[in-house]
Amino acid sequence: MAEIFVLAEHRQGRIRDITFEMLTKGKKLTEQINADLTVVLLGKEAKEHARTLSEYAKKVLLIEDTKLENFNSEAYQRVLSNLINEHKPLLLMIGHTSFGVDLAPSLAASLKLPLATDCIDLEFDDETFLVTRQMYGGKVNVRARVRKAESYVVTIRQAAFEAQKPAMNGEIIEKPSSLAEEITKKRFIGYVLPPPGGVDITAADMLIGIGRGIKDENNIPTVEELAKSLGGVLACSRPIVDKGWLPSDRQVGSSGKTVKPKLYIAFGISGAFQHVLGMKNSDLIIAINKDPNAPIFSFSDYGVVEDMFKILSPLQSKICELKGQKT
Amino acid sequence: MAERGLNIIVCVKHVPETAEAEIKIDSTGKAIEKAGLVFDINECDDYALEEAVRVKEKFGGSVIAVTVGPEDADSTLRKCLARGADKAIRLTDATFGGSDGYAIAKILHNAIKGLPFDLVLTGALAGDDGCTMVGPILAELLRIPHATMVKKIELGEGVAKVNRELEGGLEEAVEVELPAVLTVQTGINEPRYVSILGIRKAMKKEIKVLGLADIGLSENDVGEAGSWIKIESMFVPPVEKQAEFIKGTPEEIAAKIVEIIKSRGLI
Repeated sequence: MAEIFVLAEHRQGRIRDITFEMLTKGKKLTEQINADLTVVLLGKEAKEHARTLSEYAKKVLLIEDTKLENFNSEAYQRVLSNLINEHKPLLLMIGHTSFGVDLAPSLAASLKLPLATDCIDLEFDDETFLVTRQMYGGKVNVRARVRKAESYVVTIRQAAFEAQKPAMNGEIIEKPSSLAEEITKKRFIGYVLPPPGGVDITAADMLIGIGRGIKDENNIPTVEELAKSLGGVLACSRPIVDKGWLPSDRQVGSSGKTVKPKLYIAFGISGAFQHVLGMKNSDLIIAINKDPNAPIFSFSDYGVVEDMFKILSPLQSKICELKGQKT
Repeated sequence: MAERGLNIIVCVKHVPETAEAEIKIDSTGKAIEKAGLVFDINECDDYALEEAVRVKEKFGGSVIAVTVGPEDADSTLRKCLARGADKAIRLTDATFGGSDGYAIAKILHNAIKGLPFDLVLTGALAGDDGCTMVGPILAELLRIPHATMVKKIELGEGVAKVNRELEGGLEEAVEVELPAVLTVQTGINEPRYVSILGIRKAMKKEIKVLGLADIGLSENDVGEAGSWIKIESMFVPPVEKQAEFIKGTPEEIAAKIVEIIKSRGLI
């Protein structure tokens, strides 16, 4: 029977959410094409993770080795290459995470297996394997056909699938590690924590987020003033931090903070997936963007198609009026 | 390393700026309409190039900028030359159309495998297709190690100590043996401003143009034939939560926003 492999992702003792999201999609696929779902778990002492994962798949392939304690694409690639050559799974699912993008492309190239990255949907249609992914920062989706092969490799976007617990009772199969020699070309040294920030945006009830639309650093004080009048806090998308206009503790998104305020107003944020992942669960989202097709509007409660600079000043006046402050 | 400097190859892509632009799907239903869009160096590649030039300034050596693209991509290569790249190579062939990240990596591999290099830098992802695969595949084809999503590079004797960006603000420090491919994230540095004089000077530098036969590949290696994935259709993403659009003059819009916020008891 065909087999679908899901590579478990874990860090600092925790299984990451993407693993359960992939297992949920993997289970659906196995039901559609009559295949078995197997989770592959590599680690140092990972038996507890194996027990957790056994409730999500038919089999857990567990390989323990001190060299697998922390993620290292070189070590993972060697172990996975052997497993794939041995089992010939129809599909290997890896998270489109920092960990997955370091591993999947070189693994696929070394095995000469086709890879589709950052997929948001997968489909087996007779003999064809199709994936859905996004282009141009999430402004369009594409459906793409993957070149016919014995096995396929995909990386799956975070939060593309909602994790569900199927309550299976999978078998845990321990396999010996195939890592004989030391890993020499690439060495994990340690984790680097972000510098302690002055502002905790995750604690704010109201966040005013700014993106590329702010255009210039000198325009930031106007928005900050608005945030203050409202009693909220200024936040931003990645480009603002990259330019050094705001410190990284203000960044909302997959590489920054995940926030869930009562109100999130997005000024000039197009809504690339990485940002949306960090704010889409806010209670109320209002987006102002001059592009009517900006992806942010697909995640917002209210949208304004207008130049953000035309809205800032009247909004500031209205808020001050209401609060009885001087403008 | 200190004696002879470092030879660096930077792979760049010429892409349309779409973050701030309205984009439309063209009549083929498989691509966007390119007319009217402004093309420039891919954002992450801009940071990769800046990083390469900084390494050269510190340790000596050379920087070669390479791209796969049509003649228009020369403007991106000129920008690289103006910033401090010493040479530029454009890989152009009618058969390259429809190439995915895998085919592009093969083209780049064949073009650079004979060149001397200690480091290959490129952006972590391209703003158009977002494939996130060219750098690490190129490393695999060159049989050298790689590190992706790099936010900091420190060079030592035969090694690069880099910080990789993980999720939620966390990073990991990794040591990679040289030569290596590193894919650079935005924000690693502050790309320098290019002066008009610099651009003028760069106009005199030669851009070497190579095609399929020059790099020893065949038609089956590139384009759709040599790719892993082929686009069947392009469409507007389905809406998760359709926003209710507020219309009117800026004053009316502002009043309505305040009303909404007030109705939620937030003011």
